[in-house]
Amino acid sequence: MVVQEQLRVVRCGGSKLNGSRAVFSADAKYLLCASGDYVKVYSTATEECIHILQGHTNLVTGIQLNPQNHLQTFVVGYKIFAFYSLAGSDDSGFVIIPKNNEEASDSFQLVLVRLTKAPGQEVETKELSLILDDIDHSPKCTAFGREGEYVASVRGLHLSVYFFKKKMTHRFPLSARTVKGANNYFTCVACHPKEDCIASGHKDGKIRLWRNFTHNKEYTFSAMHWHHNAVMDLAFTVEGTNLLSGGLESVLVQWRDGSESKKEFLPRLGSTIEHISVSPDGTLCCTSHAENKITIIQSNLRVSAVIQGLVKGSSVKTGLVVDPRTKALVLNGKPGHLQFFCLQSDKQLYNLDIVQQEYIHQAGLSQTDLVKAAFSAQGNWLATVEQRQEKESDLELQMKLWAYDEQMQSFKLNTRINMPHEDHLTALCFRDTDGVEDGIPTLVTAAKDGRFKVWVFMDESDTDKQSVGWICDFVGSYHNYQANNCCFSEDGSLLAVSFEEIVTVWDSETWDLKCTFCHPPGKIWSLCFGRLICSKYLLGTTDHGFLCCWNLLSCALEWSAQLGVIVLQPDPLSENIAAVSCISEDSDLFVFRPNEPRPLCIQRKVCRGKVQCAVFIPRNVPEAVGSEKYQWLSRSQLYFLTAMQELMTFSTKSPEVRLTPSSKQLAVEESLPMTPFYLLLGKHREQQQLKKDADIGKAVVHSHSAQSSPAVKELLHTPAHVLPSAAFLCSTFINTLLISKENKSNGEVADEVEMESEKAEDESDEDIDHTATEEDPKLTELWGEMTPKLSKSQEKELRKIRKTDYSWISAL
Amino acid sequence: MASYKPVAVLPFPRLGEKVTQDTLYWKGYKTPVQIKEFGAVNKIDFSPVPPHNYAVTASSRIHIYGRYSQEPIKTFSRFKDAAYCATYRDDGKLLVAGSEEGNVRLFDIGGRAALRQFDGHTKAAHVVDFLSDKYRIFSGADDYTSKLWDIPSSSEIVSYSEHTDYVRCGCTSKLNADLFVTGSYDHTVKVFDARTEKSALTIEHGHPVESVLLFPSGGLLVSAGGRYVKVWDILKGGYLLVSLKNHHKTVTCLCLSSSGQRLLSGSLDRHVKIYSTTSYKVVHSFDYAASILSLALAPEDETIIVGMTNGVLNVRHRKHEENKERIPKKRHPAYRTFVKGRNYMPKQEDFFVSKPVRNHLKKYDKLLKSFQVSKALDAVLEVPIRVYTPEITVAVMQELSRRGTLKNALAGRDEKQLGTLLTFLTRHVVEPRFAPVLINVAEMIIDIYLSVAGQSAVVDKQFMRLQEVIEKEIDYQGELLETLGMMDALFATMTSKKVTSLENKSNGISKVVEQDTRN
Repeated sequence: MVVQEQLRVVRCGGSKLNGSRAVFSADAKYLLCASGDYVKVYSTATEECIHILQGHTNLVTGIQLNPQNHLQTFVVGYKIFAFYSLAGSDDSGFVIIPKNNEEASDSFQLVLVRLTKAPGQEVETKELSLILDDIDHSPKCTAFGREGEYVASVRGLHLSVYFFKKKMTHRFPLSARTVKGANNYFTCVACHPKEDCIASGHKDGKIRLWRNFTHNKEYTFSAMHWHHNAVMDLAFTVEGTNLLSGGLESVLVQWRDGSESKKEFLPRLGSTIEHISVSPDGTLCCTSHAENKITIIQSNLRVSAVIQGLVKGSSVKTGLVVDPRTKALVLNGKPGHLQFFCLQSDKQLYNLDIVQQEYIHQAGLSQTDLVKAAFSAQGNWLATVEQRQEKESDLELQMKLWAYDEQMQSFKLNTRINMPHEDHLTALCFRDTDGVEDGIPTLVTAAKDGRFKVWVFMDESDTDKQSVGWICDFVGSYHNYQANNCCFSEDGSLLAVSFEEIVTVWDSETWDLKCTFCHPPGKIWSLCFGRLICSKYLLGTTDHGFLCCWNLLSCALEWSAQLGVIVLQPDPLSENIAAVSCISEDSDLFVFRPNEPRPLCIQRKVCRGKVQCAVFIPRNVPEAVGSEKYQWLSRSQLYFLTAMQELMTFSTKSPEVRLTPSSKQLAVEESLPMTPFYLLLGKHREQQQLKKDADIGKAVVHSHSAQSSPAVKELLHTPAHVLPSAAFLCSTFINTLLISKENKSNGEVADEVEMESEKAEDESDEDIDHTATEEDPKLTELWGEMTPKLSKSQEKELRKIRKTDYSWISAL
Repeated sequence: MASYKPVAVLPFPRLGEKVTQDTLYWKGYKTPVQIKEFGAVNKIDFSPVPPHNYAVTASSRIHIYGRYSQEPIKTFSRFKDAAYCATYRDDGKLLVAGSEEGNVRLFDIGGRAALRQFDGHTKAAHVVDFLSDKYRIFSGADDYTSKLWDIPSSSEIVSYSEHTDYVRCGCTSKLNADLFVTGSYDHTVKVFDARTEKSALTIEHGHPVESVLLFPSGGLLVSAGGRYVKVWDILKGGYLLVSLKNHHKTVTCLCLSSSGQRLLSGSLDRHVKIYSTTSYKVVHSFDYAASILSLALAPEDETIIVGMTNGVLNVRHRKHEENKERIPKKRHPAYRTFVKGRNYMPKQEDFFVSKPVRNHLKKYDKLLKSFQVSKALDAVLEVPIRVYTPEITVAVMQELSRRGTLKNALAGRDEKQLGTLLTFLTRHVVEPRFAPVLINVAEMIIDIYLSVAGQSAVVDKQFMRLQEVIEKEIDYQGELLETLGMMDALFATMTSKKVTSLENKSNGISKVVEQDTRN
C-alpha cells in the first residue's frame, strides 16, 4: 500500500532555550529547561540532552519541581504565565493568569489553585482564589518568601508584599525620578530563603535589599549598585548567604552577605544574562543567556558546562551558508562570531570568532557586524566581511580570508584586508576550482561603490618574499553603476555581475566583458547559473518580481515569469532551483529546472511573511522519496529562515517518523562523564548484569567478575600517581575482561580463539565463524545421540554452551 | 570561558624593502673604505691563496693590496700606457696583465720586472687570463684577435680572429684546461677550444659584450652587455636560460659569490645587483657614488671591492660575529629556576599535564580591560609608543571610539597632555592609514576644548598648526585629483580605438553595450 506523501513544512532544530528559568533536579544532576513546546532534560555534567518531555501543544512558560516529591515536576504552558508551589502546602499552587481570563488583557493576577491528586499527567482545577491583583506577568517579578509566609511582587514602581498569615498587602512605592536621574522601575524580585529580606532589581542597575517590611512605614532598604544597565534577574543561593545578579553586561555578580563591598564577578559570559537559577543542593547555578545558551556555573564561580542552542540574532546578515566540509549550517552566531550548526544532531558544532575584538556589552553602541560569509567549493577557504558604521561618513570594513587548517581542524586567519571597497559589500563568491588544473583560489566581491574586485591567492612562500596571502587581481566596473550581485558559473569560466538593471557576463580567464543582459525596468537582485545540463542558463530576479532565464549560448532571453521571487537558490547537486516568492502575505515555494517549462513542485503558503533566506544542504545519505513530485528532496534538503527567524525545512515524512528516538540512546545512568574507560567498564558491567538476570535460578553463575578481580581492584583503588604506566597495566586489565577458562566446556578450542582475537581485532569476525562451526557439529552430535534423555550433568553442560556469552568479541 | 581579547593593532605593510635572509647577509658589511687610485679601475682580482691579497689595475699601474691595508703593499708600474686586467694564477704566484701597447706581461709576485713579455697583439690587450693548466695564457685585444700563449717558451700557440670587433672580456674554464670564452663588441660571445682551429660555439648576446662569466660547473655562461645580463646553457648549445634587465645603464662587470648561489652585476648606473642563481630575481642591491667598472668578491664573501670610473676603490669588509660575543652576557640568577625542568625529556609512558598558558597583556590592554579609558589613552601617548608605533596609539583610539568612551578619555586634560595629543595629531592626521580615526579624534578635541580656547598660548599655537597641516593636505589632495583627471582624459583618448562593439542580437531584451574600457 502506498501512502500518498505530503510535503510538509517542519520546524527544525534550534528552539529557544532561554524562554524561562531553567530548573535543576534535586540532586543537581539534571537541568530542565523549557524549549518551545517541549521541556528538555540535560545532564549537567555532560551537557547532553538526555530526554525531551513532550505534552504541551503551546509554549512552555514555566517549570517547577514538586517540593514534596523530588521526582515530579510541574510544567505549565502558555496562558498560565508562571507557577509556584510551596513546600508547606502540597495540595495548592500559585499561578499567574491574565485578569478575567482574557487574552488581550494587560493586567495579571496571582491566584491560589487547589491541586487535586490525579493519576494522569495533566491537572485540571476549578478552584481559584485571588491573592494579588495587578501584577506583572513575568515570573521574575513575583517571589515567595521564607517558608511561604509572604509573597512579594513588583510592577512598575511598586513593591507589593502579601502576608498569608495576616492576609494583608503592603505596598511600597518608589518615586519615578530621583535627583540623579535614576530609573527606579522594578525589573525583578527575589526573596531570602532564611530571613525576612527581599531583593529587588531596577532598571538603572541598582539592587535594593528590603528589610523590616512587615511594618508599612518603618521599612528600610539598602541599595547596591554595580550594574550599569537593568538588572535582568536575581537569585539567592540556597542558604541565602549570596545573592547572584546579572544583566546586559553579561557579568554574573555574586554579592556576599548582601554587602556592596564583598562582591565577586564572573565576566565575559557571552551575552545578556536573562535568567539565573540555583540548584537545590547549592552546588551549581545556571544562567540563561540571550544567545540561546545556558551556562552551568559551580559555586566557586567557575563555568562547568555550557549548553548551547542555535544562536538567533536579531537579523541573520550572512544568510544561510553551508560548510562544504562538515555540511553544517553556518550563520551569524553571537556577536562577531560565525556559528557552525549541525542540523542532524541539532547541536552547535563550534563558534568561529571572526571579529576578534573584545565585545562591550552596552546598550546603544554600534558594534562590528559580520555581514557576509562564503566558503570555497571544497571548504578550504572562508571569506568573511565585517563592518561597523557609526555615522554616515565613517564606515569600517574588513574582509578576512580564512584557510582551513587540517591540524587544528579549524579555520585560521590568512589575510586581512582593510577597506576592500569604499562602500558596503553586496556580494562575494568563490570560483569553483575543482575541475580546473592547478586552479588558483579566486574570490570576487561586488560592492556599492560600483566596482567588483577579483582577489586571488598568491603563494610566494618558495620565493624570498615568504608571503602567502590574497591580493587584488582585477577591478571591474560598468558605467559606475552599483554592483548588486555576483556569481560564478559551475565550471568557473564565466562570472556574472549585476549592475543595477544590467547583468554583465565576464570571462574569468582574461576578465573581458563578454555580453550583457537586462530586463528593464527592474533592478537585478539575485543571480545564479544553472548547473549540470542546465549550465547554459543564467537566472536572475528583478525587483519588479520577474524571474528571468537567459540562454548564454544564444545570448537571448529564454523565458521570464512574474512571480514576485524574493529568494533564488540553486541546488548544488542537481539542476533544481528553488525560488521563494512572496506576493501577498504568505511565501510560496517553486522548485523548477531552467530547461523545463513546468515547475517540479509548487508549495503554497510555506510560511507567513517573507522568507529571509534559503539554502540547500546535501544529505549524507540520499533519502528514498516515493513520489516523483518530491524527488528533488532526495539528495539535498531545503532549509529556510522565516521572517520570525525560525529555521524551517521541508519533509515528506509523517511527524511520527521524524521524531527519531535518537535522544533516547543517551540516557546515561548516573550521568557519569562518558570517558572511554567508563564505556569499557560500564558496558562490561551491563553485560554482567544481563547475564546475571538471565542466569537467575541456574546452578552456574559466573563467579569471576571483572570488578572483583584483584587486578582491576588494584587498578581502581591505587592513587593515579603511584600507578605504573598504562602500557604496563594494559595486558593484565585486558586479561581480566576475558571470560576465564573454567567456565568453558569446549575449553581448548574457544581458548585458542580468544587468544587469537586478542591479538588482532580485525580477525574477530572470522573467529566468530570459526567458533560457530566448531561448536555446531558437537551440538548436533549431542542432540543426535541422546535425544530422548539427557543426564543432569550433560544438560547443565549443554546449557552452559548455549549461554556462553560471546558478545565480548564485539566489545573488543 | 572566553578571556579578554586584546586590542587588535592593524599591521600595515612596511614601506621599503622587506627584510629577507639576503638583505641580512648583504647588509652585514662594515662601512666602506675608500681608496683613491690614479685612474678608472678596470680590474680587481683576488689572490686565490691566503692571505687573499688583491691586485687592482688602474691607469698604468697595478697595485697589490693586503686585505686590510689601505696602502698598496706592492706596485707594478713599468707600463708606458694603461695596464689592463691584472689576473692571478691559481697558485697566486704569478700575475698576468695586458697593456695599451698590445703586449701581455707576466709578473712574479715577489719580483718587480716582468718575467715574460708576449708580443703579438697590434692593439690594446684588454683581457688576459691563465688557463687552468697554469702553463698557458689567453689574451684578447682590440685588434679583434684572441691568442693563446705558452709561458715556458713565451711563444704564441694559436691565434683566433673570428671576432669582428674589439675583444674586451673573456674567461677560462676551471674544469677544462683547453676551454675559454671571449666576449666582443661585435655582440657575440665565442667559446673556444685550444685544441681546435675554430670557435666551438657562438652566442649572440645582442649588445656589445662587456663581461662574461662561466659558472664553476662550466655548464652555464653569463654574459653582460648593454642593459642585459643573460644566462646561457652552453651544454644545450647556447640556449638562452634567462635574460635579466635590472640595470638602466650598461652592465660592466659580473661576479659570482663564493657559494655560487648569488650572481653580482655592476653597472654604469652605479648599482650592484645581487641575483639568486635559482630564481634569477634580484635579492639585494648596493648603491655606489660613481659608475662601476669592476667588481670582486673575496673568498667566503669576506670583502666586496668595487672599482669606479672616478678612480675610487670601494672596499667593504664583512662584520664579524665575535664583536657581539665580547659584550658580557648578563646572567640572571632567576634564569636557572626559570628553565628548571625544561630540559627534561619525557619518557614514553609519561602523561603530559600542560600548564595553562598565561596571556601577558600590554599595559593599555590591562587598563582597557578594567575600563580605565583615560589611563589607557595616557599609556599609549607615552613617548616610545607614540613615536615608534603610532599604529598602537591609533588602534587604542579606535577601540575607545568603538566603546563609545573616546570623548571621556579625551576630556579633562591639562595643557601639557593636550599639547602632546595635538602634536600627535598634527604629525599623523594626514597619513591615509590613520586619517579616518584621527579626524574623528581631532573633531572631538575641538568640540571638547572649544569653550576654553584662547586660555593657553601654547595650545592655541598647536591648533593653528593643525589647521595649517590640514589646509595643506586639502590643497594637495585637490592637486592630486586634478592630475588624476588629466591622466584619465589621456587614457581615454589612448584607449578609444580599442572599443569593440559586440555582435548585435536581434532581440529586444539583450542589448549591445560598448565595452567600457576606462575602468
